[in-house]
Amino acid sequence: MKRFTDLFTRLDQTTKTNAKVDALAAYFQDAPETDRLWTIALLSGRRPKRAITTTYLREWAAERASIPLWLFEESYPIVGDLAETIALILPDATRESDNTLTHWIDMVRTLPTLDEAQRKAAILSAWDQLRAKERFVFNKLLTGGFRMGVSQKLMTRALSRATHIPEPDLAHRLMGDWRPETTSFDALIRAPDPETDLSKPYPFYLAYQLDGGPSSLDTSSNDWAAERKWDGIRGQLVLRGGQHFLWSRGEELMTDRFPELARLIDYLPPGTVLDGEVLAWAEDSPMSFNLLQKRIGRKTVPKKLLTEAPVILYAYDLLEWQGEDIRPHPFRDRRARLDDLVAQVPSDAPLRASPLLTFDSWDELAAIREKSRKYNAEGIMLKRWDAPYRDGRKKGDWWKWKVDPLTIDAVMIYAQQGHGRRANLFTDFTFAVWDDDNLVPFTKAYSGLTDAEFRKITAWVRKNTLERYGPVRQVKPEHVFEIAFEGIQESPRHKSGVALRFPRMARWRHDKPLAEANTLNDLKEMLAAYG
Amino acid sequence: MADPVLTFTDRGIYCPAADVFIDPWRPVDRALITHGHADHARPGMARYLATDAAAPVMRHRLGDVAIETTRYGEQRRIGDALISFHPAGHVPGSAQIRVEVGGEVWVASGDYKVEDDGLSEPFEPVRCHAFITECTFGLPVFRWDSQPTVAGQIDDWWRRNAADGRATILGAYALGKAQRLLSAIDASIGPILTHGAVENTNEVLRAQGIALPDTIRVTPDLDPKDHPGALILATPSALGTPWARRFGPASTGFASGWMALRGVRRRRAADRGFVLSDHADWEGLNTAIRETGATRIFATHGYTSIFRRWLDSQGYDAAVVETEYEGESVETQDEA
Repeated sequence: MKRFTDLFTRLDQTTKTNAKVDALAAYFQDAPETDRLWTIALLSGRRPKRAITTTYLREWAAERASIPLWLFEESYPIVGDLAETIALILPDATRESDNTLTHWIDMVRTLPTLDEAQRKAAILSAWDQLRAKERFVFNKLLTGGFRMGVSQKLMTRALSRATHIPEPDLAHRLMGDWRPETTSFDALIRAPDPETDLSKPYPFYLAYQLDGGPSSLDTSSNDWAAERKWDGIRGQLVLRGGQHFLWSRGEELMTDRFPELARLIDYLPPGTVLDGEVLAWAEDSPMSFNLLQKRIGRKTVPKKLLTEAPVILYAYDLLEWQGEDIRPHPFRDRRARLDDLVAQVPSDAPLRASPLLTFDSWDELAAIREKSRKYNAEGIMLKRWDAPYRDGRKKGDWWKWKVDPLTIDAVMIYAQQGHGRRANLFTDFTFAVWDDDNLVPFTKAYSGLTDAEFRKITAWVRKNTLERYGPVRQVKPEHVFEIAFEGIQESPRHKSGVALRFPRMARWRHDKPLAEANTLNDLKEMLAAYG
Repeated sequence: MADPVLTFTDRGIYCPAADVFIDPWRPVDRALITHGHADHARPGMARYLATDAAAPVMRHRLGDVAIETTRYGEQRRIGDALISFHPAGHVPGSAQIRVEVGGEVWVASGDYKVEDDGLSEPFEPVRCHAFITECTFGLPVFRWDSQPTVAGQIDDWWRRNAADGRATILGAYALGKAQRLLSAIDASIGPILTHGAVENTNEVLRAQGIALPDTIRVTPDLDPKDHPGALILATPSALGTPWARRFGPASTGFASGWMALRGVRRRRAADRGFVLSDHADWEGLNTAIRETGATRIFATHGYTSIFRRWLDSQGYDAAVVETEYEGESVETQDEA
C-alpha cells in the first residue's frame, strides 16, 4: 500500500503532466504485477464494488474519533470528500503494516461476506494500521470513488513507456468489459487475445470545441464534411459473433437500456462497429433530449416508455467492417461504406445515417448552424474528409462548432460556500429575475467566474449578508450576472416554472444596473421559443 | 444590570467601562490591538495601545501613528477597567487582552495558537469568566503535526530540489509565518532569498532583537544564478508571477493550515502544500478554552456556528459574534 500511496501522493503533488507520467511509468515498472493491474483498473474507472454503506463508515469514524456524528456531518461538506474527512478525523494509527494494494482490495472485496460486527472490526483494524495518506487511499477504495487526477490518456502514455507497446494499441486493449478480478497483467496488456472479448469497443474519437469558427481553420471548406451535432447519447454499437453491444463514451455497457437496437443484428453483418448518437426519435426527426433523459437512468425499460420515447442510432462513422479495423481509412471511405450499410437496412429499423450537410462556403454553413435549435441540435460537427478515426481527444480532424448559448441577465440573491477545491469561497449562487417588483429565483449556477472573481464576490457576500439560512446566505440584491445555458424547459417543481440546462455564469455585468436585469416574462418567452 | 465587560458593536469589540475598543475595524478614539495583522490593526484610530513587541511592525505598516506600548502582564487601569496583555503565541508580539471590571474577567484573544513556535512569545492560558475566541480551524479535521515534523518535510523538499538543480519557492505570509519558517528550517541547506515584503518585516523584527538566519533580499539586479540551491521565501501572491519565474526551473510550495485539505491544496496549484498554521487546530482551540476556566465563550471568526454548537454540547454558554476578522486567509492577501 505504501508504494501505491506514494504514487498517489506524487500524482497529487504535481500539476505537471510530465511529472505525472514519470511517476506512473516508474510505478508500472516496479510495482507488484497484481498491483499494477489494479492500478490500471482504478485509473480506468474499474473500482471494486462499494463494499459498505457510507452511513456505517461515518458512524464508525465519528465513534473512533470520539466526536458526535453531527460534527462529522458538518465537517464533511467543508472537506468535500468523505474518504478524506474520515482520514483526517481519525486518531493516529497505533500499529504499522506494509501490505500491498491488492491485499487491501481483496480485504475490501471480502467485506460483503462478513456480518456487520465483523465488518466494523475489520475496518477499524485497517484504520488502526494505516498511516494518514494510506488511510485516505484505503477509504477511497471503500467508498468506491477513486479519482487520481490522471486521465486514461496519461495512464496509457505511461504504460506505453513502461511496456514499449504503442499507445493506440494499449488504448484499445484497455477498452471494454475486462475486470481485474478475472484477468492478469499479461493477458490484458502483454499478450491479449482478440477472441476473448467480442464486446471490446474502440476508443472514441472526441472533438475539440472550435472557438474561432471555421474560418480559423486555415484550410478550404472543401476539405471538410459537416453534420449537425446531435443532442443525444454518444454510443458505439459493436456487432460481433451474432451478439450486439452498445457502449457509452464512459465505457459503460448500455445494451439493455436500449433493447430496440437488438433488431439490427438481423440486418447488419457480424464484424460491424458503428459510432453514432442514440436519439429519441419520432417519425422523421429527433425528439428533445428531455425525452431521452427519461431512459438514461433506467436499466430496464417499461413498454410504455418504449413507445413514448423510442430510440434509434443515428450513425456517423464506421469503425469496423467485415471484421476489419478500418479506422485508419479516410473518413470519406468510411462514410461511403456506412451509407452503403445503412441503405441495406429497412427504413423502419432503428438505424439511420446522420445526414451530411451540403454547403459551398463557411458562410453557408454558418447560416445552417443558426438553425440548429430548430432541429434539436447543439451545433455543427466538422470532420476532415481525409482524416483517420483517431482515439481520444485530439486536435485537428474533428471539431465541434456549437451554437452560442442562450443568455439572460439575472440578479444574485443567495450564496453558499463551495466545498472541496472551493471550500471557504462563495461559489454556489442562486439567481433571480424580476416579476414586477419581486425577484423570482429561477436557477443556480456554480461555474464560469475566474478565481479572482470568486474571491471578490466572496468578500462582498461576507459584508452584504442579509439573512442566514443554515449554510445559505441571502445577500443584498445588487449584482447582475449574465447566465448562459444550453436549453430551457418547463418545470412545475421550480417557483419560476422553468428549468435550465447547463446554467453557468458567463459574465459579471458590472455595467448593468439592478433594474435592468431580465424579467420572468423574458424567461417565459424563451421557453415558448426554445422549450 | 451593569453593562457587560465587553460588548460587540459595528465598530469592534467595545469596553464601556474603559471606553476603548479592541481590534476595531472602523476609526475610534482609542484602540487596543492584539497584533499587527491587517484585519486586527487597522489604520485610522486616534490612539493605539499594543505590546512593545507588536508596536514596531504596526508602525512599519500603519506609518506614524500614536502607539502607546505595554509589556506582557503589565496591568493598567483605564477608566473603571483593569487591562493587561498576555502572549497569544500567534506571531511575535501578539497578545490576548484581559479586561477586568468589578471582579469580572473577559479575555479577547485575537488570533492564537498554543504550540510554541520558538519565535513568538508562547501562548499563556488566562483564567477568565468569558473568553472571546477565534475558530479559523474549528473543525475536528484540522490536526496539526508538530512544527519540527513540518520543518523536516520542508527541509527534505528543499534538499531534493537543490540536488536536482531546481529553485525552491515557498509562499508564506510576510508577517509571522515567514519568520517562523526562517527560524524553523535548516538554514545550512543553502542560501535563503526573500521577497521585499518578507524582508521588510524581517528587518523590523531583527531591529527589535529577534534572531533570524541570514537572508538575501531579492532586488531587480539580483542574479538567481549567483545563488544555486536557494530557498526563496515569497509572499503568497508572488507565486506564479513573473517575479517567481525569474528563478528558472523551480518547485513551489505553500505553508498554511488550509493545506490540510486536499481540495484547497490542489486549488493553490503549488507543487507542495505544507500544513503549518499560526492558528490553533481543533485540539488547540479546545485546550485553550478549557484552560481559561471560562463558562461563556464567544466565537468571532472561522467556523463559528459549528464551533458554537460543539461548545454548547460541551456545556459552555457559547455564542457567535459577527466581526470583520478574517483569520488565515487561503487567498493571496498579503500582510505588508
